[in-house]
Amino acid sequence: MRYEYYSNVAFVSSVVVYVLAMFAHAAEWAAARRLGGEQGERELVNVAAAELNSEPSSTRAEPVDARNEPVSSLEESSSRSRRVEQFGRIGVALAIIGFVLSVAGVLLRALAAHRAPWGNMFEFTTSAMVFIVGAYLIMVWRAGVRWLGLPVTLLAAVGNGLAVTVFYVAVAPLVPALHSVWFLIHIVAAAISGAAFNVGGVMSILYLIKKRAEDRDKVHGYLERLPSSRKIDLIAYRFLAFAFPLWTFTVVAGSIWAEYAWGRYWGWDPKETWALVTWVIYAGYLHARSTAGWRGSKAAVIAIIGLASFWFNFIGINLLVSGLHSYAGV
Amino acid sequence: MTAIKTRESAESSDPAVRPELPRLGWRGGLRYLWTQLTSMRTALILLFALALAAIPGSLVPQRRISPVRVADFINEHPRLGPIYDKVGLFGVYSSPWFSAIYLLLFVSLVGCIVPRLGVYARALRARPPQTPRNLTRLPAYAKAEVSDSVEDILRRAASALRRRHYRVDVHEDSVAAERGYLREAGNLVFHTCLVFVLVGVAIGALFGFRGTSVVIVGQGFSNNLTQYDDFSAGGRFTEADLAPFSVTVKDFDVRFETGPVQRGAARLFRANVEVTERPGATPRQEVLEVNKPLHIDGTTVHLIGHGYAPKVTVKDAQGNVAFSGPVVMLPQDSNFTSVGAIKAPDARPERLAFEAFFLPTAVLDEHGPRSIFPDTLNPALFANVWYGPPKVETGRPENVYSLDTTGLSQLRQSDGQPVRIALKVGDGVNLPGGKGSIQLDGWVRWVKLQIGDTPGVPISLIALAFAVAGLCLSLFIRPRRVWIRIRDGEAGDEGEAGNRVVEVAGLDRADARVGLTDDVAELAAELSRRPEDVSAT
Repeated sequence: MRYEYYSNVAFVSSVVVYVLAMFAHAAEWAAARRLGGEQGERELVNVAAAELNSEPSSTRAEPVDARNEPVSSLEESSSRSRRVEQFGRIGVALAIIGFVLSVAGVLLRALAAHRAPWGNMFEFTTSAMVFIVGAYLIMVWRAGVRWLGLPVTLLAAVGNGLAVTVFYVAVAPLVPALHSVWFLIHIVAAAISGAAFNVGGVMSILYLIKKRAEDRDKVHGYLERLPSSRKIDLIAYRFLAFAFPLWTFTVVAGSIWAEYAWGRYWGWDPKETWALVTWVIYAGYLHARSTAGWRGSKAAVIAIIGLASFWFNFIGINLLVSGLHSYAGV
Repeated sequence: MTAIKTRESAESSDPAVRPELPRLGWRGGLRYLWTQLTSMRTALILLFALALAAIPGSLVPQRRISPVRVADFINEHPRLGPIYDKVGLFGVYSSPWFSAIYLLLFVSLVGCIVPRLGVYARALRARPPQTPRNLTRLPAYAKAEVSDSVEDILRRAASALRRRHYRVDVHEDSVAAERGYLREAGNLVFHTCLVFVLVGVAIGALFGFRGTSVVIVGQGFSNNLTQYDDFSAGGRFTEADLAPFSVTVKDFDVRFETGPVQRGAARLFRANVEVTERPGATPRQEVLEVNKPLHIDGTTVHLIGHGYAPKVTVKDAQGNVAFSGPVVMLPQDSNFTSVGAIKAPDARPERLAFEAFFLPTAVLDEHGPRSIFPDTLNPALFANVWYGPPKVETGRPENVYSLDTTGLSQLRQSDGQPVRIALKVGDGVNLPGGKGSIQLDGWVRWVKLQIGDTPGVPISLIALAFAVAGLCLSLFIRPRRVWIRIRDGEAGDEGEAGNRVVEVAGLDRADARVGLTDDVAELAAELSRRPEDVSAT
């Protein structure tokens, strides 16, 4: 079982690397707090002055006068923004390493099991995290969304972390009910749409934060580095609009499979019920976006509720409720 | 989008309708109700109501799925149970309130689609709207200098737009174009298909049937009502609809995981069966597996379960064989600890009965006898013995899996302890007191077949395929309007005086679209290039 061993090593390493990436992005945010915004700049000046004052030699050599202050704070500011940039780049680089490790983990797991690595909760979670981080990295490359770094690496660290600790099960063959081509179709579709729901949900949270700051006219620091709330809303929508038809397909594929495996296409199994609940909530989201009075914050809240329902379906139903989809194996 | 706007305007006109309500009479009232029901806001509320209403069914046990757990729940919650029962929480998905929500939702859906179909039919024939007077006011605007004749540029503009799949109208000094009509089409297809999905489900529920039958390996099933263990059918189903086929289970291959991980998990179920389509037809051999149901003359046969049937021979006090054959026992856990009743009503002078456990891999420890592996590594039968005077044949059906001990006494040893029998395959024991004997001859497996037909499935499936396709169109098609106008250069324009200027402006008609500014700029740039440049690129 060497493959399995290396797969586990890869997953555990990926958690560590994602956590480091998260720290790098946290440092990026922290460094950016001092950047931009009127209030931020004023603070920056005060800090710069305080720093100058605290160094006796420089205080004596160059007395702080009104003319020098902006110049030094400007230098300070540019070095700060360089630091922000550095931390951000480190975060992305670490995320790439984590991504490679977790792809390797999934592939090694498949080799160890001699089958597609989607047979249980552990395998589903690790694969979904590959899709999430993959989508994020592509968007960093194509659309410059490094501002998603902190929430995405947090999500990936928590996801893979839960997978290797709580959800972990050793490699084993599949039960006969999973011997079907629909096994691949249904689960890959679920993992990809789940990944998109997660990214869309994270963006909806960022949207609400940014919108609140905009409404209160308190946009500075990291929030200033986020795109406008409208832009975030658009990107979130695009993820969810991509995920919704795919989720529809996931549910349909699942019910076709259920017809083959269990002799009925819909049996109100808890997992099926919650898949439908999630579907209905996201349908509500799409309708809300085209209904006066529901656009913006309300729609974002619905998207977040949809994500909560997705997570409950995945974790709650697998671990708490008994049903035909009890595949957690933990 | 137009249709959504229509919906919104209908909503916004409501306050105007409301004060006149008394004078509108009942028809006006109905119309008002209808407008409310078909409004987007109501649809949203109904969607959330549906999501909420579906939740309890996943958390409270449901009668249709596991009646046993419902009974347990009622026993455990003597006060809550009956209340739950009354409001239909044990049958959420057939309860009136759940049905009311989804039926209202579908009425709202139909009420929304039908008018939109008309709007869309008109929109399909509609021409792109007239070029607005002031193009600079549109969300995207670009201009470029051109030197060609007006006709030339208009012609090139029209062909450039047609290449981009726009519907184009050429006016005197401008071109109006629109694209993305399929978005609303997709939207309508999606919503219409949802109705058809429901129609398919309804047909299945009305004309379909589903039942299960336990078939001992080596024996057969023929498709008539008496052979079913349980059976349910829609209101329009008649017994004559059952296809007259029969299935014989020749053998059944089961494998379980023996490795350290997931020990005992199922790895293979495969039944070799002989199918006879109708009496007298030539039998054909088929393989029945999980995920690979049989399709026989419009009926589907699934393999949905299996278990053990110990073969026993019971002799009575006179030494005559009172019962001999396999007894189907029901598995209680994943290791197939199986429970059943062996009945020998013909034993004389007293009838005999046994409450029995069959354990495929038996161990006896402080918890009593139990099975520790689902396969037959160490099969054993454990039983209590009951006896009593012969029973009058009533013809009333009784449960074959459990023993009704009325009129029976438990066989006890001289010290008063109940007699407990433990048998390995081939073993037999004489019962104390000369009551007779029992022997475990061996065991066979049984399979549980589900036989059913759900006629609406193809309708639902095709409708769902179209629904997903329509959904993609409605989400990914980008309706856009573009106008191009040629005018003479003015003082404000750059470049040489006397040159003409081409103005390009665009408007996105759906949410969350990008690239409009780029596309408009690209069009302007393309038109400002000379034809030879264009052909060169």
